[in-house]
Amino acid sequence: MAAHRLSPSLNRLLTSVKYASFRSRCCALHCNAQYSTVSSPNEKTFDKILIANRGEIACRVMKTCHKMGIRTVAVHSDVDSSAVHVKMADEAVCVGPAPTSKSYLNMDAIMDAIRVTGAQAVHPGYGFLSENKEFAKRLAAEGVEFIGPDTHAIQAMGDKIESKLLAKAAKVNVIPGYDGVVKTAEEAVKISQDIGYPVMIKASAGGGGKGMRIAWNDEETREGFRFSSQEAASSFGDDRLLIEKFIDNPRHIEIQVLADKHGNALWLNERECSIQRRNQKVVEEAPSTFLDPETRRAMGEQAVQLAKAVQYSSAGTVEFLVDSKKNFYFLEMNTRLQVEHPITECITGLDLVEQMIRVAKGYQLQHKQKDIPINGWAIESRVYAEDPYKSFGLPSIGRLSQYQEPLNLSNVRVDSGIQEGSDISIYYDPMISKLVTYGATRAEALARMEDALDNYVIRGVTHNIPLLREIITHPRFISGDISTSFLPEVYPDGFKGHQLEADQRRELMATAAALYITAQLRSQRLMGNLRVSSSSMDCSHWELCVELEEGRHNVDVTKSGDVYTVEVDGERVEVNGQWNLASPLLPLTINGTPRMLQCLSRDASGKIVLQYLGTSFKVRVLSKLAAHLNSFMPEKVPEDTSSLLRSPMPGSVVAVSVKPGDTVAEGQEICVIEAMKMQNSLTAARPAKVKSVHCKPGETVGEGDLLVELE
Amino acid sequence: MAAFTMARRSGGLFNGLRTSLRSLAPVKYGAVAAALQPTKQPGSCRWSSAAPLSVKERIDKKRKMALCGGGQNRIDAQHKKGKLTARERVELLLDPESFVESDMFVEHRCSDFGMEQDRNKFPGDSVVTGRGRINGRLVYVFSQDFTVFGGSLSGAHAQKICKIMDQAMTVGAPVIGLNDSGGARIQEGVESLAGYADIFLRNVMASGVVPQISLIMGPCAGGAVYSPALTDFTFMVKDTSYLFITGPDVVKSVTNEDVTQEELGGAKTHTTVSGVAHHAFEDDVEALLNVREFFNFLPLSNQDPAPTRECHDSSDRPVHSLDTIVPLETTKAYDMLDIVRAIVDESDFFEIMPNYAKNIVVGFARMNGRTVGIVGNQPKVASGCLDINSSVKGARFVRFCDAFNIPIITFVDVPGFLPGTAQEYGGIIRHGAKLLYAFAEATVPKITVITRKAYGGAYDVMSSKHLRGDVNYAWPTAEVAVMGAKGAVQIIFRGKENQAEAEAEYVEKFANPFPAALRGFVDDIIEPSTTRKRICRDLEVLASKKQLNPWKKHANIPL
Repeated sequence: MAAHRLSPSLNRLLTSVKYASFRSRCCALHCNAQYSTVSSPNEKTFDKILIANRGEIACRVMKTCHKMGIRTVAVHSDVDSSAVHVKMADEAVCVGPAPTSKSYLNMDAIMDAIRVTGAQAVHPGYGFLSENKEFAKRLAAEGVEFIGPDTHAIQAMGDKIESKLLAKAAKVNVIPGYDGVVKTAEEAVKISQDIGYPVMIKASAGGGGKGMRIAWNDEETREGFRFSSQEAASSFGDDRLLIEKFIDNPRHIEIQVLADKHGNALWLNERECSIQRRNQKVVEEAPSTFLDPETRRAMGEQAVQLAKAVQYSSAGTVEFLVDSKKNFYFLEMNTRLQVEHPITECITGLDLVEQMIRVAKGYQLQHKQKDIPINGWAIESRVYAEDPYKSFGLPSIGRLSQYQEPLNLSNVRVDSGIQEGSDISIYYDPMISKLVTYGATRAEALARMEDALDNYVIRGVTHNIPLLREIITHPRFISGDISTSFLPEVYPDGFKGHQLEADQRRELMATAAALYITAQLRSQRLMGNLRVSSSSMDCSHWELCVELEEGRHNVDVTKSGDVYTVEVDGERVEVNGQWNLASPLLPLTINGTPRMLQCLSRDASGKIVLQYLGTSFKVRVLSKLAAHLNSFMPEKVPEDTSSLLRSPMPGSVVAVSVKPGDTVAEGQEICVIEAMKMQNSLTAARPAKVKSVHCKPGETVGEGDLLVELE
Repeated sequence: MAAFTMARRSGGLFNGLRTSLRSLAPVKYGAVAAALQPTKQPGSCRWSSAAPLSVKERIDKKRKMALCGGGQNRIDAQHKKGKLTARERVELLLDPESFVESDMFVEHRCSDFGMEQDRNKFPGDSVVTGRGRINGRLVYVFSQDFTVFGGSLSGAHAQKICKIMDQAMTVGAPVIGLNDSGGARIQEGVESLAGYADIFLRNVMASGVVPQISLIMGPCAGGAVYSPALTDFTFMVKDTSYLFITGPDVVKSVTNEDVTQEELGGAKTHTTVSGVAHHAFEDDVEALLNVREFFNFLPLSNQDPAPTRECHDSSDRPVHSLDTIVPLETTKAYDMLDIVRAIVDESDFFEIMPNYAKNIVVGFARMNGRTVGIVGNQPKVASGCLDINSSVKGARFVRFCDAFNIPIITFVDVPGFLPGTAQEYGGIIRHGAKLLYAFAEATVPKITVITRKAYGGAYDVMSSKHLRGDVNYAWPTAEVAVMGAKGAVQIIFRGKENQAEAEAEYVEKFANPFPAALRGFVDDIIEPSTTRKRICRDLEVLASKKQLNPWKKHANIPL
């Protein structure tokens, strides 16, 4: 199949968008029409499905259920009782308190909920119980359908070593390596030499890249063996190790498969998921810029071979690492619906959840491999409540005081499970939404993504839109030159936000100045007040001083109608817009180019925070007089922070390793904060004596809370 | 008036004052000249000339001198302290070129201690006065000039202030005082004291007639503090302003307490501990720009309506985030400021006393452009209960709004008055009565929204229907009851078993808005997301509200 063929069905797809009647706050679809119609309306599936999940994926599944006329049951923890997925469902059952182990992972409570509501099937979403064979077994025992593969496939693919053996047997390319018990360091060295350096060593039970060590020689192998075998024994109680060829600068490309219970299996093309941080995907796209039709077909066919080998049914994903020479190696198989499934839906026109439900009911696949198209291009950005300036994203929490999805734009799909007023709490994944854009070409999809990110209003929590926008506009990303180490390579010193160029700096200052004047003029517009001086400043020319990134610039502003002509550093910038001071969005035309800026805050002393090109910038606008007088104002000395240890993120205190009076060395652990499944060890910045401790284990702390004070 | 002298003696107060004034007190003649030797450096505008000058030349000369205050050295010293001069402050506070100065030629009349010498005469003396405009609206201003005799208050200085206050009263315009003064002009003795009293009297007479704002931008000590205390709002500048009756030295000698100026009377103390000041700003520039913004909320006088500014925020904007803001557990806190900011125009809320008695939130905002006063219990702090400090804070704010035709919107989530000996001994009965009194006597439009708890006497206090609330709403989460379920059950079913069952019954009966709604104590139960729209519409209707209290000389609020 030609990768970039634009089939007639694309046109159909795009036209049908216009007439798609189904739109909703939390999961609207514009880029494909499958949500408004059921592919086979006469098929009877289930009357009632329980969705054993929360957030966007629970909403996503319910959307399809509603379309198929299936009643839905939500389960929720007590803090989630007014969550969007609960409101969307026909019925909702509280399954326990906030911690996931007591609610969304609480099998007993969920089994009770199934019995009480009489749900005939369960969709597990992703995460939580989606790849838990025990859960699948218990459902089977009660005669409830698990919407996913059967326990055998879950078990086989859940084990790294077993899955590779199976893959090998199914003639799937696997990374040369050894998996099993390695008794001594010398044995490890021997194995490594056979494979050829570099090699990767890790505990075979550890998921993802956890505890992964790279060895480039015998010495490093011995060390890696020591650490990994210790970790395997202590963390997983399973001392098997995995030693395999390390693929330098690989891409992460995965194949979506769909199989039924009758031995039919399809591959639904690939998703490029190389943009990752800490082994979590950030931006995904389908198709990949890198694959040619032959490689795609080879990968697809091997994925299907594997699915067939384990008698896979339902939707699944086979992950591959692809090296620069387009050699691909099996990584693992995910036996569930993936987070990034919408991009596959966009380019194939299939509703994967609908297909999963059909297959679970026992229907045969409706499509043949030749029916699976690649229509256009889809990109997904994972919008997270996290601070991208700290290790590409540390979780942030808060209340979405203002929230507006960019659904005014066409070919934008937003899968979310939150709304204005929702809380992003420390208990769950900090994902705000999956923002998907679609276009006939990649360039079109990317341009739409830029617009969508600029139009996305999120207030109340720190979010990663600055990073997302930088990634999708980076020349390397645009040219498709990416790998899993894209982020550390492009931002070796950490992400610092958009770096302004001279003309962008002028645009930003001009906008700030125009906004300032708009607000000043508005202050004089009092209704029905006769006591305003007739000689008040009806002027159209102002001299201002704008401070941006340590620099001060004299700025001349003239106004005529809604158009501000701003002279910054001797260059003229023309800013035209609607200037609504209540709107978070500022749709402007700057020097003839349409630009969407956002005003994040504005205060009486001229401080304005603008979101421009994704990043927020602090600007201060003062009249010339105020700027002159401001030069006499003393610099306020910031608090000495080296003696204060503050929590870098919201979370709970797992351990406090010091007490007042202790002496700590530089780099010594002071306490451990856990947030969103991550433990973070906080260490002393310098040798010092502990003055006071302000937290204790088990306590919940907010970002910036004082934990420990040093002398 | 020992206080004045004591403040004066606390020499460690302010260095500038020490250099300019300390040596004055003990020395009789001549020595003043040494202390106040005019600078003769180039660029200085204090100069003298031998030949007799024409009147016009003398006018020009005096004007020039007046514009230079205490001379370039003192101006530089003022800047070095991170402070602006009196004139710079006025210029920044007012619209460009709107300042009309009065009494530039007034000089002090003291003839003792060498003060009569020409070199000790400064045209305008130690204060700049006049009128001007803020966003086109009239305002009277005085700005004490620390560069002239440390801004000390002479008879002439007081007379200048009184003059603009009288004018402000005559035409009905606010007065803004920029305070930066070492205290009384000791050389003038009782004349200076008389001056203070003249100002105090005018502060009192103007109270409730025109808004009065004090911005403390330097020292303000001794009896002088009572002028800001009598005005409606006192703002301070962090690190450079102090307010106290007696300075640290006197405190040390009398009570043996060691305390710094900052701890005793700095911005932090007065905005968090004493409740004397209403807001603190980072520096002079921020303070002045913020006062401009603040001024825009206020009417010019009690004869003028609260201003309505052009509004870009749609009055019927639904606020969806409010539908989920009140937690399901009645014991769980939420931030009342989230509600306030979500409802008002452009999330623009000028909070008064944000760091004092935080269990009540008060401040100004706009609804569809119209200024409103917001009062709200803050469940995040001490469960939003009413105590002595929050009652007084709320009461004073409500009375200001009532005096100046500003509608009051009250958000209620109050579990009651704070119990305990500290409160009872402190007089919570008397102080709590102030808030009750203020709401009851207020005749401006009063709109009340019960978001959650409205328990006991505190329910009555918080602008209830019974205190002439014009429109009282309840959200579906509202509970209007004598007390919480647990306490009530312990009383009603004392000693009985099945307390849990009784509690459930009580919750079913009372922990909802119905008991109040079916008696007409709330006018409607509304969806939180419609609150903004409802309030905006009600305010339109209530704009013509007329209500009069019975004639009285003045009321007798329980002080």
